[in-house]
Amino acid sequence: MSPLNLKQPRDPASVYLPETPSQTAGPYVHIGLALDVAGLPEREHEIDNVLAEPEAEGQRIELAGVVLDGAEQPVADILVEAWQADANGNYVTEFAFNNVFNSFGRAAPAADDAGHWRFRTVKPGRLPYAGGIDMAPHVNLMLFARGINIHLHTRVYFDDEAEANADCPFLNRVPPHRRNTLIARRAGDNPAGDPRYDIVIRLQGPEETVFFDF
Amino acid sequence: MALNDHTAFVMRDRNWHPDPAAAGYKTTVLRAPQQALMSIQTPSVSERSGPDFGAMALGGNDNDLLLNYRQDAAADGLPIGERIQVFGRVIDQFGAAVSNTLVEIWQANAGGRYRHDMDSYLAPLDPNFGGVGRSVTDAEGWYRFRTVRPGPYPWPNDPNSWRPAHIHVSVMGPSIATRLITQLYFEGDPLIPRCPIVNTIRDPAAVETLTARLDMPRSRSFDCLVYRFDIVTRGALQTWFENA
Repeated sequence: MSPLNLKQPRDPASVYLPETPSQTAGPYVHIGLALDVAGLPEREHEIDNVLAEPEAEGQRIELAGVVLDGAEQPVADILVEAWQADANGNYVTEFAFNNVFNSFGRAAPAADDAGHWRFRTVKPGRLPYAGGIDMAPHVNLMLFARGINIHLHTRVYFDDEAEANADCPFLNRVPPHRRNTLIARRAGDNPAGDPRYDIVIRLQGPEETVFFDF
Repeated sequence: MALNDHTAFVMRDRNWHPDPAAAGYKTTVLRAPQQALMSIQTPSVSERSGPDFGAMALGGNDNDLLLNYRQDAAADGLPIGERIQVFGRVIDQFGAAVSNTLVEIWQANAGGRYRHDMDSYLAPLDPNFGGVGRSVTDAEGWYRFRTVRPGPYPWPNDPNSWRPAHIHVSVMGPSIATRLITQLYFEGDPLIPRCPIVNTIRDPAAVETLTARLDMPRSRSFDCLVYRFDIVTRGALQTWFENA
């Protein structure tokens, strides 16, 4: 008989902890994550919707959006988080308030914004993908709100990157008739003179946005 | 740029998480996507990476809700309510510490009122309570907050729906793939099984993991009770190194 008496677990998964389950961020998410929208005084530093300071490298842009519910009404209490590469296609993983560019930011509509939110950032660069063909420039978004029990992941591409979009190995996995739901439209300039891109994210309906599980 | 991040994560068990379209929580009806989520079998650097908040400058009282909204420190004003500490560890599904990760909380005051322009519940605001905190986990994944126990409050769902006392908890983890927002409940609260939001979770064992436990040995004599709330993020897997 072996001196070792190892017992394998009957179900390997049973020895791992289950992930903490999600719960909705609720209507008052701003108290915690977007203090100005709640009417709270801001602390010395807040994570906000400005990813790129003026001195950041790359083309400054404004990414503006609205999230619509199944009745085509704006989701006024949405909180949007962005995660994007810098202009050279690198994620800045070390977040710091004095970075000229952070890959992470948060946006939430103010009470009089009718559900519209915006990020001030730079156009991200292309990014590598398995197989050697780059992904087109994109911004990853996470959506949180009352009535959303577990946050939603989506991506935003740019309509003036048609060639890169056509080659993007990630975008090409999205069924062709739904790709348009991920593409922001160039819509003039914002008051600061930066190119503005508009995205409409639909939670339901025939043009429902593609949401990802990964 | 080469693929510089070879971490993947244990897949999310969406039957353990709440049902996105749970009609008992009425707001989900128009907000839950109706198409299937699109599965990404080969996550890219975009899905695997995420912000590291270890270098983020926090204020000294950011994790102390008893002090961080005090209107007049000289007048010794403190929030009304039951003083508590909430502490715990952020670990992944394999038990590894999740260090340097941002944990953020927000909550109602002891009367069940939020300091939010949109909350008009008749319970009063507390002049010394804001209801927001943040902290970064230490090298072993520990976090800690000091606050008051929030009150339950009514909300417009059923004609007479009340939320159990709860604290909203947001945790980033090492990647946007591990991003999570949840709610902490308190053991023994009779409103937990009656709550339409809690009941979007199908498995009672999952609800148990959201229920903070009284930690009597750590409670401070003549000061505060202590509640333990551990948070588990998706397990990090090292994948094969590919020559890309």
